Amino acid sequence: MAFEPNIVGFLCNWCSYAGADLAGVSRIQYPTNLRVIRVMCSGRVEPAVVLSILAEGADGVMITGCHIGDCHYIDGNLHAKRKYELTRRLVEKTGLKTGRLRLEWVSAAEGQRFADLVNDFTEQIRELGPSPLSGTTPDLGLLLKVRAAKAAAEGFRLRALVGKEEKTVTDGNVYGEEVTQEEWDKVMTESVETEYSRHRIHIALTEAPGSVKELSEKLGMGSQAVLEHIVALRQLGWVDVQEIRGTSPVYVTMEVPQ
Amino acid sequence: MRKVGAVMVVGGGIAGIQASLDLADSGFKVYLVEKEPSIGGVMTQLDKTFPTNDCAMCILAPKLVGAGRHPNIELVPYSELKKVEGEEGDFKVTLNRKAMRVDPEKCTGCGDCAQKCPVSAIDKYNEGLGERKGIFILYSQAVPLVFAIDKEKCLGCGICAEVCKAEAIRYDEEDTEVEVEVGSIILAPGFEEFDPRIVTEYGYGRYPNVVTSIEFERILSATGPYRGTVLRPSDGELPRKVAFLQCVGSRDDRVGNPYCSGVCCMYAIKEAVIAEEHNPGLEPTIFFMDIRAFGKEFDDYYARAEEERGVRFIRCRVSHTDQEPDSKDLYVTYVEDGEVKKERFDMVVLSVGMNPPADADKLADIMGFELNDYGFAKTGLFTPLETTRPGVYVCGAFASPKDIPDSVAQASGAAAKAGRAIASQRGTLITSAEYPAERDISGEEPRVGVFVCHCGINIGGVVDVPEVVEYARALPGVAYVERNLYTCSQDTQESIKEKILENSLNRVVVASCTPRTHEPMFRATLQEAGLNPYLFEMANIRDQCSWVHMHQPEAATEKAKDLVRMAVAKARLIQPLKKPRIDVTPAALVIGGGLSGMTAALELADQGIETHLVEKEDELGGNLRRIKFVLGGEDPQAKLGELVGRVKGHENIRVHIGTRVEDIQGYIGNFETTLLSKAGEEAVKHGVVILATGGVEYQPSEYLYGEDDGVMTQLELEEKLVEGFSPDTVVMIQCVGSRCEERPYCSRICCNDAVKNALKVKEANPCSEVFVLYKDMRTYGFNEDYYRKAAKEGVLFIRYDDEHKPEVTNDGGLRVRVLDPVLNEDIVIEPDALVLSAGVLPALDNQRLAGLLKVPLSKDGFFLEAHMKLRPLDFATDGVFLCGMAHGPKAIDESISQACGAAARAMTILSKETLETEGAIARVNEDLCSGCRMCEGVCEFNAVEMVEQDGEVHSHILEELCKGCGVCAATCPSGAITAGHFTDGEILAQVRAALTEVSR
Repeated sequence: MAFEPNIVGFLCNWCSYAGADLAGVSRIQYPTNLRVIRVMCSGRVEPAVVLSILAEGADGVMITGCHIGDCHYIDGNLHAKRKYELTRRLVEKTGLKTGRLRLEWVSAAEGQRFADLVNDFTEQIRELGPSPLSGTTPDLGLLLKVRAAKAAAEGFRLRALVGKEEKTVTDGNVYGEEVTQEEWDKVMTESVETEYSRHRIHIALTEAPGSVKELSEKLGMGSQAVLEHIVALRQLGWVDVQEIRGTSPVYVTMEVPQ
Repeated sequence: MRKVGAVMVVGGGIAGIQASLDLADSGFKVYLVEKEPSIGGVMTQLDKTFPTNDCAMCILAPKLVGAGRHPNIELVPYSELKKVEGEEGDFKVTLNRKAMRVDPEKCTGCGDCAQKCPVSAIDKYNEGLGERKGIFILYSQAVPLVFAIDKEKCLGCGICAEVCKAEAIRYDEEDTEVEVEVGSIILAPGFEEFDPRIVTEYGYGRYPNVVTSIEFERILSATGPYRGTVLRPSDGELPRKVAFLQCVGSRDDRVGNPYCSGVCCMYAIKEAVIAEEHNPGLEPTIFFMDIRAFGKEFDDYYARAEEERGVRFIRCRVSHTDQEPDSKDLYVTYVEDGEVKKERFDMVVLSVGMNPPADADKLADIMGFELNDYGFAKTGLFTPLETTRPGVYVCGAFASPKDIPDSVAQASGAAAKAGRAIASQRGTLITSAEYPAERDISGEEPRVGVFVCHCGINIGGVVDVPEVVEYARALPGVAYVERNLYTCSQDTQESIKEKILENSLNRVVVASCTPRTHEPMFRATLQEAGLNPYLFEMANIRDQCSWVHMHQPEAATEKAKDLVRMAVAKARLIQPLKKPRIDVTPAALVIGGGLSGMTAALELADQGIETHLVEKEDELGGNLRRIKFVLGGEDPQAKLGELVGRVKGHENIRVHIGTRVEDIQGYIGNFETTLLSKAGEEAVKHGVVILATGGVEYQPSEYLYGEDDGVMTQLELEEKLVEGFSPDTVVMIQCVGSRCEERPYCSRICCNDAVKNALKVKEANPCSEVFVLYKDMRTYGFNEDYYRKAAKEGVLFIRYDDEHKPEVTNDGGLRVRVLDPVLNEDIVIEPDALVLSAGVLPALDNQRLAGLLKVPLSKDGFFLEAHMKLRPLDFATDGVFLCGMAHGPKAIDESISQACGAAARAMTILSKETLETEGAIARVNEDLCSGCRMCEGVCEFNAVEMVEQDGEVHSHILEELCKGCGVCAATCPSGAITAGHFTDGEILAQVRAALTEVSR
């Protein structure tokens, strides 16, 4: 049987959803693989939701919003872009193909463009093949990574950073200084790496308590880096030492504060 | 000339804090300037301290809080000097106060901002082993407890302002210039740890498991990155074998630090011992050149480390370390017994030395004082506290590398100097709180007001505060309850006062954080509302509830209710207490007329205090009379003459020579002493006692001393050398009468004396041969220069140990036979002079004086201070101080520092007409007292005296001396003693309240 991708699409109420309606009104044909979720604004689509959809085994996620400058909510789409960027960074970390994601702008007048987009994205996903997380035997290792990415996306730090990005990079910071995209990206890159790694460790420890060495081997992270994350996680109260086995402290997860 | 009654202290480490406290307590306004946002300095980073293994933060925190809350100390954090104008007595200082961007008046230190800050930065407090946020406090007990924004790291995202419920964030704050007028300046900027990246052969910065000693302190610390378990930074494994490499950045000419840092031997031993305590089975090895355990009871600590704690000591300088790339294990290469060895270790700790502070040049430039060759403040042997600019004083590591007690003593000394220069202005710039008259609440039923704090979300985010409020409302005796976003904020204080008056409250309970930091403030609020400050109780529902049960909100709420119920139960019973006031006799008694005693007397007399200086001999001067020359070229006899002249001519000093202290009665502020001389008995009244009884040179019984004229002590040699004695061959034997079984302590001064005399011999006769037979050369600090000079000039230093002591014989000529450990064979020397470095013994009279004053002696016979680390000049008995060799062997500059320090400590009492002491103290019900004296035995402060009345002996508490510990009350078999504010009734009420709901 031929591979039929499962694609989830988030469409903003004001432009993209209307554009999709227009495609219908215009009877423009496109593949059936897309399942649409209507949201009022593309800016509502948070990285954690996208990541959980991917974890559930969807083959692709598409987000569409108003063109830049056209947003019904002034600049919700700019936030959508920032959030998408974070999602993409996190997906990249997991090793899942970033081609399974797409963000596009579709206006209420672009029925054809919407249909073309669906065609194109479906084809793209078809080429990528089924998600390793789909079906009855998902890649469990990858699944843990995606879950870590999702948890990272849910955390305050990344949510806060992405929430502040647009305003700060555009209007300058609270000191009235200019903050370049490069500067912000540098912080984002570091923060994504940190948060993702910490959740990787945390999830691995939820599966089974382990030592720095074991975690290092299991996660393919340098042991020094693992220890540094463990230090931070202990500070947060997420993990603690369960016992000392030989010369290795064995860490275990604690209940995570909300 | 105008003088200003204020002092600026630059540097908020332990030395700066001590100097500030001493000055502020003796009537001067103090500006304590610190470059970081919080005071505390390096000591806050230490895990434990030698030789007592006290937790550093536990002993430091009270001083931090004391300085932070002192009405006469203004903290000027996050600030640097910019300009100093004027002269001694009248300086105008311009400071650059860096923007913290947080309003210190509004910030409650709750930490919500840091929790939400998305930016991470390197945690300097944890030496980069952990991370902190873009908005931060240096460490969790920081004083002042005000967050600061790290502008370098801050993205300017604005989140902290959004989450700060106290509205304390000020993004628009700029650096500001602050001008202050002060009469004296004290420099206490501390030191910079040596950066071992320069010493590339040890691999620091390249090998993750090579760490510095200060990093290792953080690793050892329970508040550190690894929570006190020693882990390898490369893989988080527990190390088994840990090597400590000494003298990294010390005694090393290549890196420009030929001096000895003086502290590393001891801290390495401490770290080794503590590491093994934290990780049982850990095997520490210390690679050293000399173990310089020269301080009080240090050698004991060293011996215990080696004999009882299994620390392995290897005498050698390590050539290099290598890393095994996969395991990240380290291989240490060293030479032992002439053989090159390579040994594997899991971790290597570099004992890094002390550099001068990074901004020393700038400081010197701005202030206009000179630095020495190594960038530390230049001082003199007889002027250890003065910089080259009049009115600018120095203390702590910036004067020369030193440990904590020496820094603290010197800080007090600098305070004396700074205060003396402006003594006429004492009391002109200080403020004292004025409170309304206290309302008499006797006969009133308890009306308790309960104030429950949300602490932003710190409490409210876990504990259901409204529920606690409702619960408190129903408790017996409670007349009023409210909740506050921050109960500690300034506006809440106003509201508490109003509520006290509106509701006729006569007890107040605050359920918030810890009384350790906040009780004094709330008590002051009560006083402002006309209530006795003791009518206050706290329930700690944050530090001990919400913060520790973050994931159990329901249980935490129940616990908070319990804590409030307990506090209310106690509050209903607490009573107003009076703080006793005692009059102070503005006079001092200094016992001992040597260098220390004379110096202390002069410091006090110059500040207008009538001082009795008692010397048992017929002449002033003590040991200094026998010192004919010193390292560095100053003339000790000229200095002595000057000193004696000033003492004898001073209008405020009465010199009692040939006099013995027969008896001392009384207590702080009110002593009465009987002096006995040939002229008969004389009684003198005084407010304080300073013990400066000195020490005496040991009279050797070994090495043919007293049998052969060629054998002499160092002091005897010194006397001969000035008379022109010029021997061709000299052998000096170190540690005669010190570091032996009978006297295990190090006499501290003998290595320097030997080097001094060896150089003198060489100077007179460059062809002479001088051999110094030693165990460890302990020329700590800058005196290392002279040791190197001596070696360069051909003085031969030969090490011996207890198993191979030198043998001295005389069969027609002195012969010394000693094993040369380098050649591993005996060598025989036939000297003209055999000089014994005889140790320092405590003064003979110490025992008797200790009995008279009821103060303790150490097992070596020197006086034992109140606390070896932070109270080096005090006794537990108030009003009695010590300095100089009475405390232990020490050098001239150290004795002067201590003597000035003791004077400063004394001035904290003598500057006041009356003293207010603790109100929550013990009281005796004489009818119940059986006169058994058990209370007298348990009191550490000599606050219990037995009095006879109507033929019956009963106990009497000296209110002035009682600290309120309650031990006597808990000991008294007759139930005759009540511990104020912690009565049996009050405690039982709390206990019952704690158990009621549990058993429900």
